[in-house]
Amino acid sequence: MINIEEVEKLARLARIELTDEEKEQFQKEIGSILDYVSELKEAPIEGDEALAISENVNQLREDENPHETGLYSKELLEETPRSEKGFVKVKKIFE
Amino acid sequence: MDKEFFKNLTIKKVAKAMQDGDTTALELTQYYLENIKGKNGELNAYLRIFAGAEDQARKIDEDIKNGKIMGPLAGIPFAIKDNMLIKGEVASASSKILENYRATYDATVIKKLREAGAIFLGTVNMDEFAMGSSTENSAFGPTKNPHDPARVPGGSSGGSAVAVAADMALASLGSDTGGSIRQPASFCGEVGLKPTYGRVSRSGLIAMASSLDQIGPITRTVEDAEIIFNIIKGKDPLDATTVNEDVIPETKQENKKLKIGLLTYDKNVVAPEINDMMEKSVEMLKQAGHEIMEVTLPYLKYSLSCYYIIMPAEVSSNLARLDGVKYGLLKEGDNLLDDYLKTRGTGFGKEAKRRIMIGTYVLSSGYYDDYYSKAQEIRDLIRRDFENAFDLSAGGVDAIILPTTTEPAFKIGEKTDDPMKMYLEDIFTVSANLAGVPAISIPTGFAERDGVKLPLGLQIIAPHFREDVLFSLGKQVENAKIKV
Repeated sequence: MINIEEVEKLARLARIELTDEEKEQFQKEIGSILDYVSELKEAPIEGDEALAISENVNQLREDENPHETGLYSKELLEETPRSEKGFVKVKKIFE
Repeated sequence: MDKEFFKNLTIKKVAKAMQDGDTTALELTQYYLENIKGKNGELNAYLRIFAGAEDQARKIDEDIKNGKIMGPLAGIPFAIKDNMLIKGEVASASSKILENYRATYDATVIKKLREAGAIFLGTVNMDEFAMGSSTENSAFGPTKNPHDPARVPGGSSGGSAVAVAADMALASLGSDTGGSIRQPASFCGEVGLKPTYGRVSRSGLIAMASSLDQIGPITRTVEDAEIIFNIIKGKDPLDATTVNEDVIPETKQENKKLKIGLLTYDKNVVAPEINDMMEKSVEMLKQAGHEIMEVTLPYLKYSLSCYYIIMPAEVSSNLARLDGVKYGLLKEGDNLLDDYLKTRGTGFGKEAKRRIMIGTYVLSSGYYDDYYSKAQEIRDLIRRDFENAFDLSAGGVDAIILPTTTEPAFKIGEKTDDPMKMYLEDIFTVSANLAGVPAISIPTGFAERDGVKLPLGLQIIAPHFREDVLFSLGKQVENAKIKV
């Protein structure tokens, strides 16, 4: 149902490093789960009504009354693994 | 107050005792802290016990004395599932990736409970990010069922159910994405309520699958669940899916005669005691004057497949935020991409990885239409099945009854080797989440396994916003004390 290369591709897309043992295990397990849920492909859809259109409506608000700048910065930065001078620090993205 | 008084208390009993000056929030809090100390080593329900709980209780006692807080939850000690934010406390969702994350704000439900005078004893164990049906997927070890410690308490809100069942809290909050309140409540012999989607704010709940997640109480009685629900419900600008209570028609289901649908299900996949429990429940409801009719929902058979496509799809998106940058664990690599790979590779447990990858698969181009789009269509048809079943003008019913689970609590380790086996646990619970309707599990009888009596649960599902029907019927079932 799904081969090792596909498992590796999924892991890469999902940004998860896997051990070889995990890859093998997931190949089997994800394969059997996909087999099970594939029954949906055969599920008959009767009529031609528009389906899967959410009845929920967007609830928007005015973008106004901002809180005082920096009010939460200290607390939030304390939770970041790395920060410097009031900024979240990450490795460089451009060479 | 003598110790016997505190055993298996309900909110209502406490309110009266406090009013009469027979007990205090502090006395109550100390009773539960003592029980936690004695039992948590074996059961592993609590991950953290709050050092400030007694001080909080003293303050509540003061506030009660001065008339600053009133209401049924004043002084009631709660256990809180580890995926709800309490400002200043660790909220890890039982994952290594958030092991040291401290919440910077209160979840809306926490704020509401706080304002009502509730006391927080600590945070309780769960399946990592609420993914699982046994609490075995916690990064901090499994929680045990107090009825038989060799068995699971159910999940993902296993800690919440055990805290109440083992008298380590008076009530608790859990979250339910596909059965995570109802199934552990059933396995532990408690009441578990999943409210209507949009009724309770999820602001401050660590999201798993946002179109399915709901917060609800686990309690000893239906009345306690009702009291808590009435405090935590309501519109919240911080959760755009919450519905304005003003638009919900005011309904109160008094002891009217109802039409109740008995859901057609495959009796062969269910333990004999549960089939027996269903028959006795039907008998009891008939004797109470209700009309019982069989109900078949044609698309229900696809609900598990539908759920195990939509849920992982949303999981893969919601858990993308855990990248070692904003909060939580960081495992450094050679470059930013490497940071992501290592952080997520070491921080997530197996089930989280599995679901993220399945979600990534069903959302990827080439598979999206076959899986995700099709599942959304089927979900719509399942919702319509429920709407048709509840259409009273077309011969429909007021409520539907079905079992909460196919069997009593299973053994620790029994289903961990095969994820598909574990997923089948959710067969009776996921449909309420897919349709967004409210559902409750009521403890009803026992099944004996290895010489131990294990609790069973009857599930009741009502139309959108009709929690009142669940409470009314639930109390009738509870009072009937059906023997199985």
